[in-house]
Amino acid sequence: MELKVQIVSIAASLGVLAMVFEAVRRRNLLERYALLWLTSGFVLLGLAVWQGALKTLASAMGVKYAPNALFVVAFGFILVLLFHFSLVVSRLADQSRVLAQRVALLEERLREVEGRKSDEHVLS
Amino acid sequence: MSQGTSLAVIPAYNEAATVATVIRGVAEHAPDFDVLVVDDGSTDCTAEIARDAGARVLTLPFNVGIGGAMQAGFRFALENDYDYMVQIDGDGQHDPSEVWKLQQALNGSVDIACGSRFLTSDFQYPAPISRRTGIHIFAFLVSRITGQKVSDPTSGFRLYNRRGIGLFARDYPHDYPEVEAILMLHWHRLKMVEVPVRMLERGGGVSSIRGSGKSALYMVKVLLAIFVGLFRRRPVVEPGDHAPVAATSGI
Repeated sequence: MELKVQIVSIAASLGVLAMVFEAVRRRNLLERYALLWLTSGFVLLGLAVWQGALKTLASAMGVKYAPNALFVVAFGFILVLLFHFSLVVSRLADQSRVLAQRVALLEERLREVEGRKSDEHVLS
Repeated sequence: MSQGTSLAVIPAYNEAATVATVIRGVAEHAPDFDVLVVDDGSTDCTAEIARDAGARVLTLPFNVGIGGAMQAGFRFALENDYDYMVQIDGDGQHDPSEVWKLQQALNGSVDIACGSRFLTSDFQYPAPISRRTGIHIFAFLVSRITGQKVSDPTSGFRLYNRRGIGLFARDYPHDYPEVEAILMLHWHRLKMVEVPVRMLERGGGVSSIRGSGKSALYMVKVLLAIFVGLFRRRPVVEPGDHAPVAATSGI
């Protein structure tokens, strides 16, 4: 593989790792959601550094130009990450629906209790 | 431990089989503790059983995990102005008749007492080797970082004073909180001591960490949290805190 491609791919994967690390350190990113990013970063870094593995992978996939295999792997990780986010967003949407319902029920119950209280005031 | 109001928080997720026994145990062996069950979105009748057994119950509308459930307990303790709070798991592995041991350990200079299953001479902990190895790795790391011997960093059997309650009501780790919580105590310069206790077999229900895949994920997540935590800015010491130590040892 050309040296330039190797340098770019190493720099890119290091960049991803640094970005994720810093986000977790600042507590902008939960560890739970950092794990998948870190896995992708480390695998891509590994393949970028260790050319032998990349070549083996490329020939196993029938890819002629080895760096393209790196892009295929990166694309795979991006698909997995996106799908993961879709799952997370679905769960969040579901949970916020439950929360909204809970709040509405509580407000109604509170109004009921307050109404009953003021009635008692009038009676007494 | 001096006088004051005390609260026992029992986090429970589908623990209908055991939660009543735990509540009755607290009523019998630690009668000065009010009991709060945090029902973490159970799908069985944990909440009803807990209420019938005489506990107050917070029902979370969906499962938020042990960290979020416990933080609800800390918030409750803070808002209702409790002086002490003990965490007792709803699965029956913590013995309420040992709460007094934790109470004894808590004095003016100690903020948190933590029950450790590894300090008794005849301890038996029938867990798979992978799990025990995990606990020992965490014990080693936590001991190295805090400079204090910690034998059972995953134990949830803990008694907190007002400082501990205040800290964790503001900020408590998310998914598997026990190990990170010890490090938070260290960074905030709260003092924790370990107390030998016996842990019983789970009375029923299923652990929140089951299956080898899940425990591996748990290990990695907590290791990441520990590692990144080492690079965080340390909290500023507030007036009334313990005297800051100039050089807190790293790993």
